Amino acid sequence: MDGLFVFINQLINGLQVGSIYALVALGYTMVYGIVKLINFAHGDFIMVGAYLALFSVPMLLGAGLPAILVIVLVIVMSVIGCSLLGMATERIAYKPLRGSPSLSVLITAIAVSLFLENLFMILFSSASKPFPAIISANPISIGKIQTNAVTIITIALSIVCMIGLQLFVKKTRMGKAMRAVSEDAGAAMLMGCNSNVTISMTFAIGSGLAAVAAVMYCSAYPLVNPYMGSMLGLKAFIAAVLGGIGIIPGAMLGGFVIGLVESLTKAYISSYLADAVVFGILIVVLLVKPTGILGKNVGEKV
Amino acid sequence: MKKLLAVTLAAALAAGFVGCGGSGTTSGTTSNAASGSADAGETIKVGSLAPLTGSVSVYGITTVNGIKMAVDEINANGGVMGRQIELLTEDEKGEVQDAVNGYNKLISDGMVFLIGDVTSKPCDAVAKIAAGDGTPMLTPTGTAPSITQNGDNIFRTCFLDPFQGQIMAQFAAEKLGAKKVAVMANSSDDYSDGIAKSFVAKAQELGLEVVGDERYGADDTDFKTQLTKINAAGPDVIMFPDYYEKVALITNQARQIGFTGQMLGGDGWDGVLTSLGENASVVDNCYFSCHYFIGDTNEQVANFVNGYRSLYSEDPTAFSALGYDSVYIMKAAMEKAGSTDKAAVLEALRATDYTGVTGHMTFDENGDPIKSVAVLRLENGATVLDTMMTADGAEDSAPVASESASSAAAASEAAASSEAASSAAA
Repeated sequence: MDGLFVFINQLINGLQVGSIYALVALGYTMVYGIVKLINFAHGDFIMVGAYLALFSVPMLLGAGLPAILVIVLVIVMSVIGCSLLGMATERIAYKPLRGSPSLSVLITAIAVSLFLENLFMILFSSASKPFPAIISANPISIGKIQTNAVTIITIALSIVCMIGLQLFVKKTRMGKAMRAVSEDAGAAMLMGCNSNVTISMTFAIGSGLAAVAAVMYCSAYPLVNPYMGSMLGLKAFIAAVLGGIGIIPGAMLGGFVIGLVESLTKAYISSYLADAVVFGILIVVLLVKPTGILGKNVGEKV
Repeated sequence: MKKLLAVTLAAALAAGFVGCGGSGTTSGTTSNAASGSADAGETIKVGSLAPLTGSVSVYGITTVNGIKMAVDEINANGGVMGRQIELLTEDEKGEVQDAVNGYNKLISDGMVFLIGDVTSKPCDAVAKIAAGDGTPMLTPTGTAPSITQNGDNIFRTCFLDPFQGQIMAQFAAEKLGAKKVAVMANSSDDYSDGIAKSFVAKAQELGLEVVGDERYGADDTDFKTQLTKINAAGPDVIMFPDYYEKVALITNQARQIGFTGQMLGGDGWDGVLTSLGENASVVDNCYFSCHYFIGDTNEQVANFVNGYRSLYSEDPTAFSALGYDSVYIMKAAMEKAGSTDKAAVLEALRATDYTGVTGHMTFDENGDPIKSVAVLRLENGATVLDTMMTADGAEDSAPVASESASSAAAASEAAASSEAASSAAA
């Protein structure tokens, strides 16, 4: 019987890691889906969001606000900061390259990533800073099942974000414009869409998601340093590809699959092999279905 | 104009070289000046080899600071056998080749005893040569096991990393009365993995049940899966041998998944309280091993720490303490030998029985120390000295810890008798 509870706890552990991957993967997939750009600086937007949250928490606590309001305001402030950063990055680094081969833009994205990492290392040193516990991480026990508020909020938030994004893209005017731009930017412009505004908006939303992920990630793993985004970004990118990059529910599914596989491998096979198994699954999925789990097999248009 | 520039540059370069050459051996001059009062002006030439520039210079400088401090103290108190020590310092930049060249230079300068090298790789290279000419060599800080196996004239002052694993296993059994232990380590790090392996081996030898032995990758930040698995097996204590930033994440998550027992670690834990910030309470009543405790009230340690602070206006590191102790170990050996003759000094060195800043120590047949380890306890956001542990767990001559050491012995007796009882019952 104990084995069953351990299994359930391991599922919860996997879901929590997975929900963080999912939040990050949503940002990747959003930008890729519309602009067809893999924004390798996305992981570093998370890092920037984490520093924004790190500095806004003492300020807000100092103002004597209640805990719930602090959490909401920290997320709001980081989202605004990251959205502005995302839009600025797009305007400065990606927009001038809009007509050029996708490889140039990809390399630029890597450059932006390295630039942000080194800039923050110079500004705040490479030493990790402790993140204040704004969301209680004390264990909540339901019978023999252990969880905590951070886990529950992260899982809930990633599901809410996914549904919200899906509705936004499918139901609103702006969403329609995004889909139109992704289909054919030139034609969309002829139909009266301002593609510059649309693309800026896409980056704002994608980077805002990074900020949400940053706050949840730091609540679960309370250390902030300039390199925190790189491995997280890589795993989340894999999640997005696994689920089908560009497809919003796919990012969610990919994140949870990777989180659960990691967790169960460590628990029941070997903690030495977790990464090998995750990457192995990625290879198998890409061999069998190159567009990802939820990807549609689109034939090349002639 | 160009010519003039070239000449000036050349002159500047030459001046630079002279400056460098000078700085390599200046440290000896202060003791030279003082040696006028010593008999016959016969100084004892002691070599010190360390990286004073380059990427690992931080370790070299702090070690040499400790060495210099001890040498100056000894000289001010009349030297060794009435003779002053002349310290010859060579910078080896952390490179094997520079270390070997530096060693040869020291030998031709008439060195009779080498304190160094500091980091493992150059140290190993120098030990190979020293083994050939038989010069007594004592490395304060080189941890690679192979160093002292080069020859029977090579000794070291620091304990080896795996030794901390053994000590902490013994501590868990004897002092904490643990029955079930577990360990989780970084699979890609020699330090972490080495301590974990020796912890498990010693725990099994002591009859403890090892209920978990898990690993994680260097870039991991989530450890809940391994921790949940370990926790389900119900260990009394868990050992996390890693550096403080990882430890901050791990200990936090261990509490999150509901582990309430004690957590243990090695000297990499030093600094964990800063990384935990306001979460420092998660490591309340946890223990880690260290070379020495900077806040120790023991007179010898306090004198060292205060003296070091006033000389260099910074806190001494474990490296400084080991460098400092190495000089006094050498002094004791020379005085016992009654001369600086190689064979006599080596003979005396082998019989070393010394109590210093980093605890009480003797040498084993390899020249590695059998010494006491400071086990520190974390409580209410502060670090306090808990016990000085020795490998045998028996009595300890460190005065500060005599009380707690005897209680450790009592605890070990209790543990042994209850073990006997349980095995009898089985």
